[in-house]
Amino acid sequence: MIPLETILFYLFGAATVASSLAVVTQRNPMHSVLFLIASFAALAGLYINLDSPFTAVTQIIVYAGAIMVLFLFVVMLLNAPREDVPSPYGPAYVTLTTGPRKAFALLSVVLLVELALAIRQFVSAQAPSGPLAAEHVSSVRQIGIAIFTTYSLAFEATSVLILVAMVGAVVLAKKKL
Amino acid sequence: MELTLTHYLALSAVLFSIGTAGVFLRRNLITVLLSIEIMLNAVNLTFVAAGRHFGSVDGQVIVFFVMTVAAAEAAVGLALVISLFRHKESLSPDVFTSLKW
Amino acid sequence: MQPIIDFITSPITIAYIVLIHVVFFALQGAAAVLVLAERKVAAFSQQRLGPYRVGWWGILQPIADIVKLLFKEELRPKAADFWLFYLAPVISATTAFAAFVVIPFGPPTDLFGLLPKPINLQGMDVNVAVLIVFAITSMGVYGIVLAGWASNSKYSLLGGLRSSAQMLSYELSYGLALASAIVLGNSLSLRTIVDAQQSTALGGVLPTGWFLWPAFLGFVIYMIAGVAETNRAPFDFPEAEQELVAGYHTEYSSMSFALFFLAEYINMVTVSAVATNLFLGGWHWPFPLAWGWGFGVLNWLLKVSFLLFFYIWMRWTLPRYRYDQLMTFGWKWLLPAAVVNVILVAAGVIYFS
Repeated sequence: MIPLETILFYLFGAATVASSLAVVTQRNPMHSVLFLIASFAALAGLYINLDSPFTAVTQIIVYAGAIMVLFLFVVMLLNAPREDVPSPYGPAYVTLTTGPRKAFALLSVVLLVELALAIRQFVSAQAPSGPLAAEHVSSVRQIGIAIFTTYSLAFEATSVLILVAMVGAVVLAKKKL
Repeated sequence: MELTLTHYLALSAVLFSIGTAGVFLRRNLITVLLSIEIMLNAVNLTFVAAGRHFGSVDGQVIVFFVMTVAAAEAAVGLALVISLFRHKESLSPDVFTSLKW
Repeated sequence: MQPIIDFITSPITIAYIVLIHVVFFALQGAAAVLVLAERKVAAFSQQRLGPYRVGWWGILQPIADIVKLLFKEELRPKAADFWLFYLAPVISATTAFAAFVVIPFGPPTDLFGLLPKPINLQGMDVNVAVLIVFAITSMGVYGIVLAGWASNSKYSLLGGLRSSAQMLSYELSYGLALASAIVLGNSLSLRTIVDAQQSTALGGVLPTGWFLWPAFLGFVIYMIAGVAETNRAPFDFPEAEQELVAGYHTEYSSMSFALFFLAEYINMVTVSAVATNLFLGGWHWPFPLAWGWGFGVLNWLLKVSFLLFFYIWMRWTLPRYRYDQLMTFGWKWLLPAAVVNVILVAAGVIYFS
């Protein structure tokens, strides 16, 4: 019998890849944002498959619940039109498959091939590709202890970073200072 | 079939290249930012999978910080997109060419 | 194959399936009862009688409302985006129901000996239950934002944007108030937090274990943020009839409107249920659990009903906040109060242990 973990991996993995492809190929930016939210939900499922419930829940709260709402607000505010119709504001948008852009599609395929080769090299050189180690349960308590003792400098620096980003975003988006 | 670290790494590589293709091919600034978020998420998946493989909680801790940085970067990036839109009334990267020689 | 069949037909699995169905239909029943309760409480606080023609004392009024909503014509503005227009109420209703999966409503029971071992009266027992409730509540913003956008009308868009900005602002205080209860309960699992509140004094008369007493400010902040999250008065400016026609659900009719309505009432029930579990001791007081697990569920229902009555009472007593007053209150008063509350509670826990 195929273990449940494998079924869930393929299910959520297929959902993530399909949603990401939809994000990249949709014309309407509003639909792209919604497909990205679906992709994040599928990724949260993958994190739960990896015994990381805290990361899964944080992904939903931070990414799908806050960052995507920000994207949605900006798309609604700017009234971003579809990409292949001439915009009422300026020069017509260039479509996906014009000339040199086809070469760029090749670059992504090259990247994928390189990554596959790198993975093969890592697997054969380092740890054996055995099943994922499952002896130790990572609980929220351990993550909290790690963040607040070993990585406390990164934690404080992140809080300063968020403050700087908040002030910067408000200043950049103002009409006049 | 047993799930190994290779499965998760392969999935992450596929997601990363989809994100890269989005950044190269799309002519809409907001979709470019969305593709960057896909790339960041692929990296998060790699960290969590590797963390579980090596039995350490550091993978999840790093993901926590990456998420925070991604939030800050999305906020500032979108503020830039808004001010660019106010300047030129267009969201296509081809319009902003004043720094070309 | 045989192990799978044994698993599916075991009494525990059947009990859980029945339990999930009971919770689902009880939530819908709760929404229907709340429709009637709201109109009755509103009537009595305005010194009139409310619905009393349909059935004895108006008991069948919700059924009349539901039948009316089912028979209305389903309209959609021509310029509205088809998928988003019909997706928005689905998202609202789904997140409202989904948040209830991890909320426990009674002590572990073996249903009068029918089951070989006790089951938890909870959809699923996870050890990050509080965070899951928070995550699913923050997904509820999408229903409102998409409804405002997809209706393609000025009132809806303004109402949707204002409503979602309000919900996001009050989510911070909501999360920090949750954090103060988590610090006291030393766990993220709702069942553990409830069981940590079971100590009583004077032989079971006074509930001294409740987290309400040490974290009273946290409870007040949680209820205020909860009322703002569910867009109820006095924070219902975005859907006020006098200001914005009906805000984000202006263009919806019949079943789509019923779904938004349902989602709002179930969100109310969820906030009350989580407040009961985190601050008011869940199923532990006033009737002692030694009398049976049914009294535990009765305790829980009594407390949730009291909080829902409080919600409805507030709506018909307090005037509405203006939008800028609402946002100022959320960011300049409630958020610093929530931060101070977390610091005080954490300091208290360290000092007294």
